[in-house]
Amino acid sequence: MIWLTWRQLRGGALTVGALLAVLAVVLGLTGPGLADDYSTTIAACSSQGGGCAGFVERFFEDNRITFLAAAAVVLVLPALIGVFWGAPLITRELEAGTHRLVWNQSITRTRWLAVKLVVTGLAAMTAAGLASLAVTWWSSPVDKAAEDFPRMEPLLFAARGIVPVGYAAFAFALGVTVGMLVRRTLPAMAITLAVFVAAQIAMPLLVRPHLVAPVRSTVEITPSNVTGFVRGPDGVLLVEATATSPDDWVLSSHVLDAAGHAVDAVEAPSSGPCAPSTAPAEEATGPEDDPQVAACLADLGRLGYRLEATSHPAGRFWPFQWYETGIYTALALALAGFCTWRIRRHVS
Amino acid sequence: MTAALRARGLGRSYGRLWALSDCTLDVPAGRVVGLVGPNGAGKTTLLHLAVGLLTPSTGTIEVLGGRPAAGPAQLAKVGFVAQDSPTYAGLSIEDHLQLGARLNPGWDDALARDRIRRLGLDLTRRAGKLSGGQRAQLALTLGVAKRPELLVLDEPVASLDPLARREFLQDLMEAVAEHELSVVLSSHLVSDLERVCDHLIVLVASRVQLGGDIDTLLATHHRLTGPRRDPARLPADQHVISASHTDRQSTLLVRTEAPILDPAWTVDQVGLEDLVLAYMGQSATDRRDAGRPPTLEVQR
Repeated sequence: MIWLTWRQLRGGALTVGALLAVLAVVLGLTGPGLADDYSTTIAACSSQGGGCAGFVERFFEDNRITFLAAAAVVLVLPALIGVFWGAPLITRELEAGTHRLVWNQSITRTRWLAVKLVVTGLAAMTAAGLASLAVTWWSSPVDKAAEDFPRMEPLLFAARGIVPVGYAAFAFALGVTVGMLVRRTLPAMAITLAVFVAAQIAMPLLVRPHLVAPVRSTVEITPSNVTGFVRGPDGVLLVEATATSPDDWVLSSHVLDAAGHAVDAVEAPSSGPCAPSTAPAEEATGPEDDPQVAACLADLGRLGYRLEATSHPAGRFWPFQWYETGIYTALALALAGFCTWRIRRHVS
Repeated sequence: MTAALRARGLGRSYGRLWALSDCTLDVPAGRVVGLVGPNGAGKTTLLHLAVGLLTPSTGTIEVLGGRPAAGPAQLAKVGFVAQDSPTYAGLSIEDHLQLGARLNPGWDDALARDRIRRLGLDLTRRAGKLSGGQRAQLALTLGVAKRPELLVLDEPVASLDPLARREFLQDLMEAVAEHELSVVLSSHLVSDLERVCDHLIVLVASRVQLGGDIDTLLATHHRLTGPRRDPARLPADQHVISASHTDRQSTLLVRTEAPILDPAWTVDQVGLEDLVLAYMGQSATDRRDAGRPPTLEVQR
C-alpha cells in the first residue's frame, strides 16, 4: 500500500521537490554572501562610530524583495499542499471510479486511507519543514535588519520556525476532508483554499493573542518613546508612542490620562509648554530634535499622561511556535480521524 | 456447501428512493450467475452490496458465508470488476500488476503476466491509452489473478463491440473453468448471458422477479397456444406469466412443475430471452395492480 501511495504521489512529490530544490539552490548560493554583507555592514558602521540605523535600513532595502518572496513561499506552500495533494486524494479516485478497483483488493479501505494519510501527510510536513528551515536560515540576517517586520508579528511568524509544518499537516487533512464531503475535485480545491485562508486569518486575529495572557505595560511619556506628535487644529495633541521594544508583537497601544482612561487625543493644557499659543507650527514635528516638543512631552508626563500597551514580548516567539504547531497538528489529527471514521460507511 | 450469495430482505435506499428492495436470494457456489434487468433496475446496487462498496439499508447479505468487505480475508475471497472497468489512467500495465501483487496475498503473478502476454499488451503502456476492450481485459486480469472464490463483474461487456464481447466472455469462461470460480455478472442483454451462465436472476424496478438455474427455468416454463380462453380457468398449478389473445386464439406463457395434459394446447419450449422479457412485462403489469405481491421466485 505504501508502494501504491508513493506511486500516486510521485508526480506531485517531484514537482514540490523540484520547487524546493530551486529554492534551496537560490538561498544556498546567496545566503552565505548575505550573512557576510550583514556582518561587514555592521562592522563598517561600528568602526565609523556613528549609529548603524541608516546602514541597516539600506541593507534591508537591498534585500527586501527576496526577503518577502522567500517568506511568501513558506506562507503559500501549505495552501498548495492542501489544494493539490489533500483535496484530490479521494476525489480523483471517486471521479475516475478507481476506488471501486482499489477497495476490492485484499486491503480494507480504512487501512488504504490510513496509509495514504500518513505517507502523504508526512511528505507534506517534510516539504513545509524543509522550506521553512531554508528560508529561516537564509533570512536570519535580514530579520535582524527588518525593523518593520518583527518575527513575532503575524506575517513573519507564519513564515518562520516550525509552524509551517503544522500548517501543512492541517491544510492536507483539511483538503482530504473537504474532498471526502464534496466528492468533486475542483469545488473541493476551491473550498479547501477558502477555508485554509480563513483559518490563517482567524488564527492571528482571534486565537494566537490569547494563547498566553499578553503583557500590559505602562510607561512615562518621554521623547524617546514617542513616534508621532501632531498638534491638531482644535488645540488637541495627537501623540503616538510605543511602550514596548520594537521586536514585540503589539496588540494595542494608547495614551492614558491622569484618571487612567484611554484617550484618543490629549487636550492641550491652556498654559505651559503645550499651550496652543506657544505652538511653533501646526504640522507634525520630530519629537526628539525639537526642544519645545520635548518640553511639552515632559509637561504631559507631569500632568499624569502615560502610555499603555498590551503586547507579546519577542521572547515568546518559540513557545508560541510550539503551541501553534501543536494546535494545527491536533486539528489535522482530528480531521484525519474523522476521515477514517467516515470512509467506513459513507463513501462508496 | 456455503452459498456464494445469500440475501434476506435486502434493500438499499438513496434518500427516499429505493434502488433495491426486499431482495431475497440464494445463489449456490460454483455457478456462473447472470444478473439481468433493464437499465436502472438495481443491478449495480445489488453487486455493490455484494462486494461491500455499499452497506444495506435493510436486511442482510452474506457472500461466501461472510459479511461483504468485512476484512482483508473476505476481500481476498471476492474479486470485483466495476462497471466501465476502472483503472488508473496514469499507471502502466506493469504498475497495475504491481498493485495487484502488493495488495493481494493470494496474487498469482504468473497467471497475470501470462494473461497479459496472451492478450498481446505492452507492459509499459499506460492504462489511459488502452482501448475499452483492453482496459476491460486488464481489469479482469486483476480480478482473476487475485485468485478469488467469487468473481463479480458489473456490465463487463457493455462498452465492448460484438467481437471483443465474444472474446471477453470466452476468455472469462476459460478462467472460470481453470480456477473453479463462482461468477456473478450483470448485463441488460440476455443474449450476452445466455451462452455463459447457468443460473439467472432477473431484476426489474428494484425487485427480484425471477431467480433459478437456467435448466430448471426452461424446463418449468411453457408456451401454450390454443383456442381462445380465459387464463383464469387454467389448472391451479399453472401460473400465467404472460398472455396474449387474438379473436380466436390465446398464447400463454405458464410456469408449472407438472406436465401440460390439456390436448387443446400446443406446447412449445420457451427461449431464455422470451422468458426474461415475459417477466419484465409482468412486473410492469404488477406495478399497475398495486397491492399484489410482485415478487415471484421459482423454486429449484
